[in-house]
Amino acid sequence: MNEFFAMGGYGTYVWSAYSISFVVLAATVWFARRNLANTRERLKRQRLSKQDRTP
Amino acid sequence: MWNWFYKLASPPHFYRTATVLEPWLFWPALVLLAIGLYGGLVMAPADYVQGDGYRIIYVHVPSSYLSMFTYVTMAVTSAIGLIWRMKLAFCVAAACAPIGAAFTFMSLTTGAIWGQPMWGTWWVWDPRLTSQLILFFLYLGYMFLRQALAETRQADRASGVLAVVGVVNIPIIHFSVEWWNSLHQPASLSKLETPAIAGDMLWPLLVMILAYQLLMLALLMTGIRAQVLEREKNARWVGELLDTTGHEA
Amino acid sequence: MIRAFFMVMRRELTVAVRRWSDLVMPLVFFIIVCTLFPLAVGQDIEILNDIGPGAIWVAALLATLLSLNTLFRDDFEDGSLEQLVLDKEPLTFLLLAKTVAHWLVTGLPLVVLSPVLVLAFGMPVTAIPGVVLTLLAGTPALSLLGSVGAALTAGLRQASGLLALLLLPLTIPVLIFGARAADMAASGESIVGPLYMLGGISMLALTLTPFATAAAVRVSLD
Repeated sequence: MNEFFAMGGYGTYVWSAYSISFVVLAATVWFARRNLANTRERLKRQRLSKQDRTP
Repeated sequence: MWNWFYKLASPPHFYRTATVLEPWLFWPALVLLAIGLYGGLVMAPADYVQGDGYRIIYVHVPSSYLSMFTYVTMAVTSAIGLIWRMKLAFCVAAACAPIGAAFTFMSLTTGAIWGQPMWGTWWVWDPRLTSQLILFFLYLGYMFLRQALAETRQADRASGVLAVVGVVNIPIIHFSVEWWNSLHQPASLSKLETPAIAGDMLWPLLVMILAYQLLMLALLMTGIRAQVLEREKNARWVGELLDTTGHEA
Repeated sequence: MIRAFFMVMRRELTVAVRRWSDLVMPLVFFIIVCTLFPLAVGQDIEILNDIGPGAIWVAALLATLLSLNTLFRDDFEDGSLEQLVLDKEPLTFLLLAKTVAHWLVTGLPLVVLSPVLVLAFGMPVTAIPGVVLTLLAGTPALSLLGSVGAALTAGLRQASGLLALLLLPLTIPVLIFGARAADMAASGESIVGPLYMLGGISMLALTLTPFATAAAVRVSLD
C-alpha cells in the first residue's frame, strides 16, 4: 500500500496534481450548482415582492 | 424534420431538456471518473522512462483538451449568437466561460507539477504552455467584460466579439511562440513529447477524457439553466416554474 | 467614401492637436518606462544591450495601451460616435479612419522617438534602422487590435485595467516578432523574416479588425 502512495518516488507530484484537479473540479460543480440555486432564489424573491405590490 | 430544432430553440423547452440531461451526464461522468482513476493509478504499468510520474497524464491531458474544446464551443456559440441574434446561443457561451477557465487552470497547474520532475523546471515558455496561459487570460477577460457590462444583451454581444477575436488569435499566438522558440530552443523540451503510449496505458486515458467531457457537459447544463432563467425572468413559464417547485428544485 | 475617410481623419487630427497633452502623454510614458529598465537592472551596458530591444517594445506596447483609453470614450460621451454610426458611409471604414489617425498621433511619434532610446540602451548606431523598421511595421497592428478593445470598453467608466486584460493577450504575437526582430537588428543579423511576419500580422489586422471594431462600437451604443 505504501508503495502505491509513494508512486516510485513521484508521490508528491502525482498526488498533488490529482488533488488539485479534483478540488478544482468539485469547486466548479459546487459553484455552478450554487449559482443556479441563487438565481432561482433571487428570481423567486423578486416575483413574490412583485405579487405583493400587485394583488 | 426540423421540428425538434425549433422546439429546442424555445427557452422553456431548452431549459427542460437541460434539466433532464444534467443527471444523465453527471452520474455517468462520475462512474467513468472512478473507472479511469482505477485504471490510471492502479492497473496501468509504470512508464519505463518516466516511472510513475507519467500518471499525471490522466488528469493533465483531459483538462488541456477540454480547456480548448470549451473555448471553441464558446466562440462558435458566440458567433451563432452574433450572426443570428440567438439568445440561447449566448446562454451556452456565457455558461462556458467559468467551466473553461477551471479546466485551463487545472491544465496549467498539473502541467507545471508534471514539468518539475520531468524537465527539472516548473515552467518553460514553449508554444503549448504559452498558448494555454493566454487562453486562461482570454477566459478571464471574457468574464470580467461580462461582469463590467451590466446589461445582459450588451454583455452577450460584447463578450461574443471578444470570444471570436480570441479564437482567430490563438493559432497566431501558437505559431509565433513556435517560431520564437525555434531560434533558441531549450534542450529539455524533447521530453515534452508524449511517449508513444501502450494499450493498457491508453484506455484509462480515453476513459478519463470521456469522463471529463461528460462532466463538462453536465456543468454546462447547470450553467445554461441559470443563464436561461436570468434572461427569461419575466416570462410566464419561469414564473410558473418558480411557483410550482419547492426550495430544493 | 474616400472623402469621408479623410474628413474623419482630419477631424481626429485637429482634435488631437488641440488637446496636445493627450498627444504627448504616451510619448512621455514611453520614455519613462524605458528609463525604469536601466534603473531596475543596473548600469551594466551588456545587460542593457541585451534587454534593450525587448524593453523598447514593451514600453511601446504599454504606451499604446495608455493612449487607447481615450480612443472612443470622448466620442462616446459627446455623441459623435453615434453620429458616425448613423452616417451613410460604412461604419467600418469611418472607424478605420479614426484608428489610422490614432496611429499617426501615437504610433508614429513612438517610431520617431525610438532612435534616441536605442542609443540610451547603449545599442550600436547600426541597430537604429532595424528597430525603427520593426516599430513601423508592428505598431499599426497594435493600434488596430487596440481599437477593438477600446470599442468594447467605450461605454465603461473605469475600464483601463479591463482594457489591458483584454488587449495584452491579443498583442503577444506582435510583441514576439517585434522584439525578436529588434533584437536581431541590434546584433547585426538580417531581420527580413520577422519583418515580413510583422507586416503580415499588420495586414491581417488591417483587413479583419475594422469589422470587429465596428461590431463592438454598435454593441457599446446599444
